[in-house]
Amino acid sequence: MSLRNRSGPALAVCAFALLLGGIALVFWWAPTDADQGFSQKIFYIHVPVALTAYACFAWGAWKALRLLWTGNERHDLESYTAIHMGTIFGVLTLVTGAIWARISWGVWWSWGERQLVVFLILFLFYSAYFMLRYSIDPGPRRARTSAVYALFGVVLIPISFLAIRILGTLLHPAVFTRDGVGMTGSMFVTFLVVLAGMLCLGFALYHTELAGKRLDARLRELRRALA
Amino acid sequence: MTTSEKYVTAAYLVVLAVVLLYVVIYSFKMARLSQEIAELAELARARADRNPEREPEQAPVA
Amino acid sequence: MTAYFQDVSVLARKDLLLELRSRDTVPSMLLFVVGALVVFHFALPDSAGDDAARGLLWIAILFTALLGLGRVYAAERERGLLDGLLLAPCDRSAIWLAKTMSVIAFLLLMEAIALPAFALFFAPVTGAMVAAVILANIGIAAVGALLSAIALSSRTGDLILPLLFLPLAIPIVIGGVGASIVDDPARFLWFLGLYDGIFAIISWASFEYVVTE
Repeated sequence: MSLRNRSGPALAVCAFALLLGGIALVFWWAPTDADQGFSQKIFYIHVPVALTAYACFAWGAWKALRLLWTGNERHDLESYTAIHMGTIFGVLTLVTGAIWARISWGVWWSWGERQLVVFLILFLFYSAYFMLRYSIDPGPRRARTSAVYALFGVVLIPISFLAIRILGTLLHPAVFTRDGVGMTGSMFVTFLVVLAGMLCLGFALYHTELAGKRLDARLRELRRALA
Repeated sequence: MTTSEKYVTAAYLVVLAVVLLYVVIYSFKMARLSQEIAELAELARARADRNPEREPEQAPVA
Repeated sequence: MTAYFQDVSVLARKDLLLELRSRDTVPSMLLFVVGALVVFHFALPDSAGDDAARGLLWIAILFTALLGLGRVYAAERERGLLDGLLLAPCDRSAIWLAKTMSVIAFLLLMEAIALPAFALFFAPVTGAMVAAVILANIGIAAVGALLSAIALSSRTGDLILPLLFLPLAIPIVIGGVGASIVDDPARFLWFLGLYDGIFAIISWASFEYVVTE
């Protein structure tokens, strides 16, 4: 089990450059949106955070699949760490989304906001993931069960999206629609830079966290060997 | 600052806050790990000291 | 292939016979769902329309299903029979399929009483509602049979099952309530079918990993 954290520092440097550059672009280069005004700038941080959360959940599910496929225990820690990161970014998505809702429409929460509702469902789901993990004793059983549940989570994402989409305006009036997709070229470039930076940040944190956990485990082994 | 500027700043600050919190948590963790390594190094040294002491006692038997 | 389905039918028949003799789960589910419907009457204001009531029916079905799902592996847990079941020379996923089928049977029995009771207390039951309920049963049973097995490994067994189940049940509720209240329920019924198909497949495929020591 290699303790060398090779990718972490590289990703951190990229995150630093891309996020710093990206945020500078947001405030000094990207044009102000004609319809929404200055508040549209939240979009540049809210959507990358959301997409990074999805990426972390997907990575967690991939590692879960690898665990079930190969039986190699190291994938359990990788899956758990990825989902942990995903949950943190998920909470950030909900908070930044709420701020955007507040500034755009005066309410802190809107059931008509599809992305936020999906994240709420995912938050419930992955919180249960942690409760599940804490209620099973460490070992291959816990690893496999967590992996299966992580896979269910990643399947739930598109299903929830579909469900909420077909629900449409049935229960809650979608009086508010957020159309940030009508972006000009410079807006899109800015968005991509921040997105790339956020993804690098997410994975830099993932590698750091993983290295820390592995270090913990190794030190415990060492203590047992020496004591 | 206008209201919208305040809210936009708040959103970016929340993200920064989480990252900074991570840094804080990690610095505590690093401190704990350093302490752990120091203790283990002490244990290893104690063990290394014990072993050379035993050999001179065993030599006369041979 | 036929051996597989023979295993499944043997296991399913065992569970159904066990329930027939002990009469533990289904009567409780029946009583609970009727009781829940009565409570809902008092929870709904007069001004609430039929649509609100139909929505609450789905809540009643969901929570009654949870009650039943908590009992899926009860016999195995109480009498330590799970090891024996796992040693049986059949594909482990056959156990999942058998459990799913018996849960569907219990749910159908429960709904045979719940839907008429609902029609009596609240509002008429449409054909789309019945179709939605039947489709939802498959999803609830498939996911529930897997999650109950997961709950077996947990220290907090009965407590963790609802936590695991509810987020996964949200799409079922959306599909079911949607089909119950719109004029054109087709897309909701299709959605329920899709949910059933996808989650049945991954539950079937992952069951083995959840019960192995």
